[in-house]
Amino acid sequence: MIPIECYFALSALLFFIGVYGFVTRRNLIAMLISVELVLNAVDINFAAINRLLYPNGMEGMFMTLFVIGVAAAESAVAIAIIINVYRKFKSDSVDAIQNMKR
Amino acid sequence: MFSYTLFIMLLPLLSFIVLGLAGMKMQHKVAGLIGTCSLGIVTILSYLTAFEYFGADRVDGVYQTFVPYNFTWLPLGNLHFDLGILLDPISVMMLIVISTVSLMVHIYSFGYMHGEKGFQRYYAFLSLFTMSMLGLVLATNIFQMYMFWELVGVSSYLLIGFYYPLKPAIAASKKAFIVTRFADMFFLVGILTFGYFVDSFSFSFAGDIVMGQGTTPFIEGNIAKAVAAGGFIIPTALVLMFIGGAGKSAMFPLHIWLPDAMEGPTPVSALIHAATMVVAGVFQIARMFPLWIQYAPEAMSIVVWVGVFTAFYAAAVACAQSDIKRVLAFSTISQIAFMMVALGVSLPGHHGAIMDNHAQLGYMAGMFHLFTHAMFKACLFLGAGCIIHAVHSNEMALMGGLRKYMPITHITFLISCLAIAGIPFFSGFSSKDEIITACMEYSPVVGWIMTGIAAMTAFYMFRLYYGIFWGTENVEAHEHHTPHEAPATMTIPLIVLCVITVGVGIYSTLGGFLGWGGSFGSYVSAEGTDYTIHFNTQIALTSTVIAILSICLATYIYKGETQPIADRLYKQFPKLHRAAYKRFYQDEIWQYVTHRIIFRCVSTPIAWFDRHIVDGTFNFMAWGANEAGESIRSWQSGDVRQYAVWFLTGTVALTLILLCI
Repeated sequence: MIPIECYFALSALLFFIGVYGFVTRRNLIAMLISVELVLNAVDINFAAINRLLYPNGMEGMFMTLFVIGVAAAESAVAIAIIINVYRKFKSDSVDAIQNMKR
Repeated sequence: MFSYTLFIMLLPLLSFIVLGLAGMKMQHKVAGLIGTCSLGIVTILSYLTAFEYFGADRVDGVYQTFVPYNFTWLPLGNLHFDLGILLDPISVMMLIVISTVSLMVHIYSFGYMHGEKGFQRYYAFLSLFTMSMLGLVLATNIFQMYMFWELVGVSSYLLIGFYYPLKPAIAASKKAFIVTRFADMFFLVGILTFGYFVDSFSFSFAGDIVMGQGTTPFIEGNIAKAVAAGGFIIPTALVLMFIGGAGKSAMFPLHIWLPDAMEGPTPVSALIHAATMVVAGVFQIARMFPLWIQYAPEAMSIVVWVGVFTAFYAAAVACAQSDIKRVLAFSTISQIAFMMVALGVSLPGHHGAIMDNHAQLGYMAGMFHLFTHAMFKACLFLGAGCIIHAVHSNEMALMGGLRKYMPITHITFLISCLAIAGIPFFSGFSSKDEIITACMEYSPVVGWIMTGIAAMTAFYMFRLYYGIFWGTENVEAHEHHTPHEAPATMTIPLIVLCVITVGVGIYSTLGGFLGWGGSFGSYVSAEGTDYTIHFNTQIALTSTVIAILSICLATYIYKGETQPIADRLYKQFPKLHRAAYKRFYQDEIWQYVTHRIIFRCVSTPIAWFDRHIVDGTFNFMAWGANEAGESIRSWQSGDVRQYAVWFLTGTVALTLILLCI
């Protein structure tokens, strides 16, 4: 049986990879993918904790499914926004869109 | 009964609204006709009211007071503000005065204002003025009186400033408004004091009031309570109200606005600043007279002495003025002061009765003088208007010898001068003589002072008369423009007013000597009882002789082609002449007091406090918010990744903090 620490380590690794990608990437799509990684890290935590610590309950699993659903909806909205941003600025780089300033 | 009196107030209001809104689209003639016709109807209704009112039977020898309309406009706990119409002898008398003079002025203005720009506006304002003045005299309570009092002030302001492109007109209108407003502040404080302690604003303290048909005797309010709270309360309230009245009636030292008000069109001066509006203060005292005489007889000496001093001061200034309208303005101030004195000397006698013959005399004389003065002073002003119309100037120097050119104006002016001088068989004689008799009974000192002022009146009026119609003709000024008699629209009002002056004069003079009833005193007296005017032969003869002597003096000095005596006097007392010409520097004193003392010592610190402390607090808060925003503004870079870093850092920091706790 794989110890729970391994799951936590994987989850932490994924989370920080996601955060790192979100902060360093300029491409909007890449940033979106990074956000998905962060969400997946959370999902792994939920699933692992449910499976190993509370085997009789199913709340963690449901929460995981719920997060996947929300993530799908969020990506759909985000991609729609990105497409509109691309149409307007002819670029998918965040540095191009600094109109929010002031 | 008297339900038609409502139209007396509504018609001028209606014509004001119509002329004010649609006037500019009308032709001059149409606008003037609308105003004049509505006023004509008002005049007919006023005479009808007077006829019915004085024709009605007296109850216990007293004319009843009728209240055809009265509704509560604003209830406030115990107090309530009412609007309504009250008919009693003085308000009916005022109806006659206002509507007559106003109608004459409306007709006269056709000629005088002919072709003037803003003709329709002028008639609209005249209607507004007439409405407010009628509302003032018909008021059922002090508060309604105060509302219309202010409306009168506004219409006076509008009419003085009628020639608004001219600077002096604007300055004069502002001065009139501010000075009277200042006085009205005291009036308001007086009203509120009275209302607070008495719990009523109603005028029904005088006695029984007939509501509609049935008689319901009631005295509203609780004067006894106010007296119990302190004997000084009602006198204080009354004196405060008197200050308001003194402002409107141009009593010293609040008289300064009236001479300047002559910047308005002359018919307006006749209507507002000579015959009707300026007697509002006198009317107010007469209205509150039952209170004065019962609760504040001592305070009445204030009214007397203010009146005496004003009468003397104004007469002295009038002797030195060269602008004909100014002379008339100061004579108005002086004559109104006569009325004030007459009311003030109406003290109760020492015989136990609240009002005896003596009290009746002063009150009656004051009201009578108000009536006669309105007629002959309106006539004088309208005459002056004709002269100004002919000569295109107010200065006496440009006149002289006008009697050949304008015979009708000359005769009517002469008759009015004789009336104001107090010559028997002219209306001014009877009323002025009654005033002097009342003063003599009050105190011989006041009586003789008033006799002296009456002599001065005769002197300066005839100085004016000779200056205009006799003396040297200013050929130079008349060369390119020969003066001519005014058109019929202007002379007819003069003749009508003159006929009233002479008619009243002959009837009351004969009646006074022979003891006829049915004269003025039968209708208007302090208690509403029939009062028969009886001249005191000695006083009547003295004042007549003195008036004739001063007319002779004026004739001697001013009638000739040249005026050697006047010139010599002028050279001998240049300072006195200059001081009188400058109105004894009253305007300068006011200017000094307001600008140097009040503005500098009171207003400037208050303005400083307002600007620096009050405004400063709020400016500081705004400045703080602005600075804070300015300093954190650079954080908003628009760089999404930077936001993300901040977000992350924040999250980590928060997590750490939570972990530590």
